[in-house]
Amino acid sequence: MKGISNKIRKHLLMSIYHAGSGHPGGSLSVVDILAYLYFEEMNIKSPDDPERDRFILSKGHACPALYAVLALKGFISRRELWRLRETNALLQGHPEVGIPGIEVASGSLGQGFSAALGIALGAKRLNKKFRTYVILGDGECNEGQVWEGAMFGAFHKLDNLVAIVDYNNLQSDNTCDNVTALSPLVDKWKVFGWHVIEIDGHNFEQIRNAFREAKSVKGKPTCIIAHTIKGKGVSFMENNPAWHGSRGLTKEELLQALKELKS
Amino acid sequence: MIPLREAFGKYLLELAERRKDFFVLDADVAGGTFTHWFRDKYPDRFVQCGIAEQNMFGVAAGLSTLGIIPIVSTYAIFASLRAIEQARNSIAYPNFNVKIIASHPGIDVGPDGATHQAIEDLAVYRAIPNFVVLSPADEIELKKCLDFALDYKGSVYMRTGRSPVPNIHEHNYEFRFKEPNVLKDGDGIVIFATGIETHRALKAAEEYNVSVVNVPTLKPVDKYSFAEILKGKKFAITCEDHNIIGGLGSLIDSIVAEFGLPVKVVKIGIMDKFGKSGDPKELAEVFKIDEKAIKTEIKKCLEQL
Repeated sequence: MKGISNKIRKHLLMSIYHAGSGHPGGSLSVVDILAYLYFEEMNIKSPDDPERDRFILSKGHACPALYAVLALKGFISRRELWRLRETNALLQGHPEVGIPGIEVASGSLGQGFSAALGIALGAKRLNKKFRTYVILGDGECNEGQVWEGAMFGAFHKLDNLVAIVDYNNLQSDNTCDNVTALSPLVDKWKVFGWHVIEIDGHNFEQIRNAFREAKSVKGKPTCIIAHTIKGKGVSFMENNPAWHGSRGLTKEELLQALKELKS
Repeated sequence: MIPLREAFGKYLLELAERRKDFFVLDADVAGGTFTHWFRDKYPDRFVQCGIAEQNMFGVAAGLSTLGIIPIVSTYAIFASLRAIEQARNSIAYPNFNVKIIASHPGIDVGPDGATHQAIEDLAVYRAIPNFVVLSPADEIELKKCLDFALDYKGSVYMRTGRSPVPNIHEHNYEFRFKEPNVLKDGDGIVIFATGIETHRALKAAEEYNVSVVNVPTLKPVDKYSFAEILKGKKFAITCEDHNIIGGLGSLIDSIVAEFGLPVKVVKIGIMDKFGKSGDPKELAEVFKIDEKAIKTEIKKCLEQL
C-alpha cells in the first residue's frame, strides 16, 4: 500500500506543478485513505458498472489526489494529469461530472456529502448492495449543510454509507479550533447518531480495521474520524498551512518533494 | 377553481400510478406544497428531509445519479434563495435530472409577509445555466408542464401557486416548450403574463382590443416566436407576480432590444421592493399588480396609440 500511496503523491504533486495551482496540502493528507479505498476496500472495477461502490470527494479541492488515483486505476489517461486545470482539458479544478469515475460535482463544501447521502438512500430504496464512501474535510464541517446531512443520515439509518473526516486540523486560515471550535469532533458525530471510529489516517492497519468495523454496523451510518497530517510525505509541506491554498510548486520544490517520496 | 399547489399534489397521485421513476422530496412543508397525499400513499417513494433544504437538494442530486427522478418540493423562497448554491452546483452544473417544484411564489403568499414571498425566484433560476424555468397559469397547463418536466432530461424549476385559479386552457391544450401561447388577439398592444397574472391580464383585457399572451416557459425561450408576436405592436405590457427585474419583464425587454423592435415595454410587477403581510387580493391591489392596475396601463397605452 505504501508504494501505491507514494506513487499517488508523486503524481498529484507533478500535476499540481504543471497546473501551477491546486491545493497540495489537503491532497496529500487524504492519499493513504484514498489508496486503501480504491485498491483494497471498494468494489470498483469500472466507473460505469452500476453495481460499483460509490466514492465522493466532498472536499473537492483535494481532487489532484483523486485524479491521480483514477489514473492509476486506468479510468482516465495518465496524460490528463499533466493538463490539470488547463482550458479545454478534462480535469477541472474541482471534481466535475463527465470525468470518468466522478459521480457528482463537489468541492463547494458540504454538497458532496449530501449527494453521497442521496446515493446511499437511493441504494437502500432500490435494494442495491453497493456501498457509498465520502471524504469530508475537517474545515468542511463548519458548513451547516454537513450537520443537516448528519441528521439525515442517522434518521434514514444509512448503514451502507461511510463518511471519512480528514482531520488534519488545518483549514484555509488557521487551525480548525482557531477558526471555529471544531472539537470535540468525535462527540459531535456521535450525538448526531453516527457510529464513530477514530483512527490514524496514515496507518493502513487502522484504516483496514475501521472499514471492516463499519461494514458490521447495522442501523446507523459510520463516520471515521481520520487523524491526518496536512502535506503528509513532504517535509516542508507537513503541517504548514501555507500549502493549503491553490498555490503551485516551484521546480526546486517539486524535485525536493519527489526526492523525499523516493526514499 | 383550484390552487396550483393543490393541483400539483393531486396530479402527483395520478402520475405515481403511471410512472415509477420518480421520488418526492420534502422539507417539512408537505401540507403546504400538497405532497402529503403522495407521502401517505407512496411512503417508499417519499423522502422526508426535514427543515434542511440545502441537504435536500444535495440528496436529490445523489438520487438522480441512480436514475431516480427526484421531485423536490418546497416553498419558492427556500428553493430560490436558501438552497440556491446547492441548486446551482449540485444540480444544474452536472445538469442532473432533478425537478424543483416550488409553491408560494410572489406576494400571492399573502399573510406570511415579505420573508416568505419569493419575488426573485424566476430571476435567480433564469440566471443559472441549464435550468429550465416554468410558470404555468392553470391546472391544465400545470399538468402539461409537469409531464414535460418529467420527460425532459435535465434540471427544471417550476413555480406553482397559492391562490385558487380557474382553468383558462382547454383540456386538449398543447404545451409547447419555449413558446408563449396567445390567448387573445388584438391590435397595437400585447400583454404578456405568467402564472396568476395571466388570469388578471385576461380579465383586464376583456373589453379592449389588445392581445393577451401567456408565458409558461421563462427559460429557455424561442425568441423568434416572441418577436413574431411583438411585430407590429406599439406597446408590450408585462405582468408578473415577481420583481420587475429579472423575470418576464426583463425577458421581453431583451427580446425587444435584440430584434430592435419599435415597441415600448411597460412593466407590471413588484417594483423592486419587499412585500407585506395581507390578503393576497388586497396585496395585489396595493402593489398594483391586480386587474385594475393592468387596466390603467392598457388605457394609458391606448391613449398613445
